Amino acid sequence: MIELIALLYIVAFALFIHGLTGLTGPRTAARGNLIAGVGMAVAIVATLLTPGTSNWLLIALGLLLGSVVGVPAAKRVKMTAMPQMVALFNGVGGGAVALVSWVEFRDSHGFASAPTYVAIASLFAAIIGSVSFWGSLIAFGKLQEVLPGRPIGLRRGQQPLNLLLLVATVACAGAIGTGQRAEMMLVGVLLFAAVLGVMVVLPIGGADMPVVISLLNALTGLSAAATGLALDNTAMIVAGMIVGASGTILTNLMAKAMNRSIPAIVAGGFGGTAAVYAGSGPADQTVRQTSAADAAMQMGYASQVIIVPGYGMAVAQAQHAVREMAGLLAGRGVQVRHAIHPVAGRMPGHMNVLLAEADVPYEQLKEMDEINGEFGRTDVALVIGANDVTNPAARSNPASPIYGMPILDVDQAKSVIVLKRSMNPGFAGIENELYFNEKTSMLFGDAKSSVAEITEELKVL
Amino acid sequence: MTLLANVAILVLAGFVGFAVISKVPNTLHTPLMSGTNAIHGIVLLAGLVLLGRSTTDAFDRVLLVIAIAFGAINVVGGFLVTDRMLGMFKKKPGAPTGKAVSARD
Repeated sequence: MIELIALLYIVAFALFIHGLTGLTGPRTAARGNLIAGVGMAVAIVATLLTPGTSNWLLIALGLLLGSVVGVPAAKRVKMTAMPQMVALFNGVGGGAVALVSWVEFRDSHGFASAPTYVAIASLFAAIIGSVSFWGSLIAFGKLQEVLPGRPIGLRRGQQPLNLLLLVATVACAGAIGTGQRAEMMLVGVLLFAAVLGVMVVLPIGGADMPVVISLLNALTGLSAAATGLALDNTAMIVAGMIVGASGTILTNLMAKAMNRSIPAIVAGGFGGTAAVYAGSGPADQTVRQTSAADAAMQMGYASQVIIVPGYGMAVAQAQHAVREMAGLLAGRGVQVRHAIHPVAGRMPGHMNVLLAEADVPYEQLKEMDEINGEFGRTDVALVIGANDVTNPAARSNPASPIYGMPILDVDQAKSVIVLKRSMNPGFAGIENELYFNEKTSMLFGDAKSSVAEITEELKVL
Repeated sequence: MTLLANVAILVLAGFVGFAVISKVPNTLHTPLMSGTNAIHGIVLLAGLVLLGRSTTDAFDRVLLVIAIAFGAINVVGGFLVTDRMLGMFKKKPGAPTGKAVSARD
């Protein structure tokens, strides 16, 4: 039986690797996901074949509880709320790791007779799992707007405090490693790591959130691998480590797309300087307002229009309205394209998912490098709820916190129309010079109703 | 000896993970993150193994049932959500195209 289980584990992780390879190509992605899912089912069945398994009812209860919560959540979540859903799923994974480590500690009476490496792996898993659980919950709270999206923190005191928490966490873990058997020590590890997770994510501003979720995802993977090492379970080692490694690469890719380094993001610099910058910003300048009729007129008689969607479009659920408007424009002979910034929205690829949901033709979706040269020839750039990814300060103002981040060169277009709820600065809390540009006119209101109004005006044009 | 074999597996798996994610189009970053996210729900197995042993006390069992539930949410939710996301990229037969909706009244 042990051999059979080992064999099935090999099948399972072969399926994981095959599935993951599929996930990296647009055509094979859906099948890849399915294959990985089958791999997971194989791994679970194999584990249940372990001789002498007891507590069947409780096992069934746990699996049932998880499915009852997980299935409807996954089925019902709106495409726009996807980032926080992923954060939440990631968090519970981390929570499971932390709880398992706790039980391992209790079960072995403080690792009394376990080899040292088991204690080290379990303690590592406990720390990372707890950080990931609480960090993901905070990320969820911020994205769901239960918590304010702007960075919350102590500014100067933050880093020493985080360092102190890390030292406290490691000290508790170290005490256990050197023979301390009191359960309070492990609870201490979990608690300090929890506060650390909260403190690390709280000061991180909105634009960095995708990178943070990806990083927490990689960390949960690593902690699962550590748990696998402690329990001598190859399926967990392989699956956890693959996620840890691929997640790290993915995190790096995302950070690069924003021209930010991972340590800088974790240190929470983003937005920390925003208040100072905003103070010296163009507060005395005025913005020009426009109407839906006017916007429709401008775009209806343009030859090229580029639509720049951002998180505002996601919040307003405006993707279907945008598709309809783009269709009308195309019917009038206007060339319409959508410029997708790699980190527009709250996750990379967020806008692609939404526009694909609304059946926007794939050929109309252009990536940043492809479209940036086109803005100069464009009559109207329509910015729908995108902010930081269009801020020219990223090119021109070294004092700006987003200086150096690649942006969409929206300001090169002949005219710019910005749909926005209000003049509040974006999620990252940075003033956007684009709005004060004389080529720019603002159309205030909910993105969906604004787009719908423009569409109505286009119909009677 | 088990430790060394496991560490070897760990290192190799790490390189596989690096190798797989070399070139990924931006479009797929979100589904990929969500898909790998589902895979680390594998920690569910740890819950199954520990709860399956009969050495646990009542408090352990409570913790483990929660852990299994958490893991199951991670796995089931993760795969389903990824599937839904990827479904958006598929061409839907009969779906309105840009041209169909552009007919003016």
